[in-house]
Amino acid sequence: MIDTDLSLAALIGFGPDGWGWALMSGAVLTLAVALAAMAIGSVLGGVLAAMQASRRPWLVWIAATYGLVLRGVPELLVVLLLYFGTPELMAAVASLFGLPAPGSPPAFLTGSIAIGLVSAAYQAEVFRGGMLAVPHGQIEAAMAAGMGPATRLRRVILPQVLHHVLPPLGNIWQFNLKDSALVSITGLAELMRVSLVAAGSTRRPFVFFAAAMVLYLIMTSASSALFRLLERRGARWSKR
Amino acid sequence: MDFFATTALGLIAAIPVTLLLFVASAIGSSLIAGGLVAAQQSRITRPIAQAWIFVFRGTPLLLQIFMVYYGLAALGPIRHGWLWPAFREPLFCAWLAMTCCCSAYIAEVLRGALTAIPKGQIEAALACGMGRWTRLRRVIMPQMLRLALPSYGNELVMMIKSTSLASSITVLDVTGVASQVIAHSYRTLEVFCLAAAVYLCMTAALTALLRRIERSLAPAGSRRA
Repeated sequence: MIDTDLSLAALIGFGPDGWGWALMSGAVLTLAVALAAMAIGSVLGGVLAAMQASRRPWLVWIAATYGLVLRGVPELLVVLLLYFGTPELMAAVASLFGLPAPGSPPAFLTGSIAIGLVSAAYQAEVFRGGMLAVPHGQIEAAMAAGMGPATRLRRVILPQVLHHVLPPLGNIWQFNLKDSALVSITGLAELMRVSLVAAGSTRRPFVFFAAAMVLYLIMTSASSALFRLLERRGARWSKR
Repeated sequence: MDFFATTALGLIAAIPVTLLLFVASAIGSSLIAGGLVAAQQSRITRPIAQAWIFVFRGTPLLLQIFMVYYGLAALGPIRHGWLWPAFREPLFCAWLAMTCCCSAYIAEVLRGALTAIPKGQIEAALACGMGRWTRLRRVIMPQMLRLALPSYGNELVMMIKSTSLASSITVLDVTGVASQVIAHSYRTLEVFCLAAAVYLCMTAALTALLRRIERSLAPAGSRRA
């Protein structure tokens, strides 16, 4: 042992010398980054899926290239590129208009956008598969029954698409949760960063990385339980 | 233009490090994954395999890399033991973390393929009087290979991308060299885009290779000319 002034419980506890609160708030920030990335990825992924289904070849090409690039480049590189590249880009744009450099955007924003951009590429694939889940005849039948577009979406399309889309979306969510650790390189105090800082200042890396692992495990297993619950609820009307 | 050329050459020179890490962890994790699937078959060893998969799939690889490189190094038995020369090397630590992490994902892929083999085939093999090893070698393995290949290929592509995390513990792979160039040139956008292009070429080449293997493994009836 290198440093035995503090007991283990005091180190990761919630006392004055403990890192408990810092780790907890780091975990909350990790969840927030992952949620924001998931939301960004859903919106952009939906747009990409719609583009791939369109009849204009250039739209299809853009969406396909986006997916190819974002799924072929390391997530770390995307985070680095956005975090270090956007200030440069913003300064370049600002100088075009003769304005002073605006500085760097908040780390939370660039971090969750970076993870969201990657997430979108994977979610687009999922949505594309989900759209094929509803046979065209059903939509025609719904129209014939006099359903409006909103009712059709709510009562015919979504129940079937969600059923197909939920399991892979759960997987993507898990990846987002774990990829959010990459945002630590921007200095954002999420769980990975907090555990690094705590490990550095107490010189007890094993303890804090283990604590962070436990917190990540709690988050990933809790969310997989939640998704399993949702899946079972979604499948309650269908045959086993 | 000169800056571009030298940077591109520097990044290309770092490809062997990335590939070494990738190939070494692909081999290591596939072997462990095979062991994990075998362990899942027995009731005594199953909890161990399940716990391994749970831990390594449920935590970020970056955290695992830091755990091996900084966390384990702080422990007495590692620091003063005979393994220290290995644990001192960032490349070894990155390899160890990646091997353990990816083995959990590959084990899930293999398990899925194993359950997809029809039970009747194994019964038929038993009825033919095949022993345990013959059955594994002639009936189970060939089919598992074919069934698992698409998802296994996805995992391999993920692995190439994951090697970039090794740069966070000072391994000079493609990402590491890119960060180094940026540290003294401050030309972020160009360098990272070049690095991204290098990775894109590697993943595209791997995907093309996998597709070829997949096609050559397809059963004769379904093979397209």
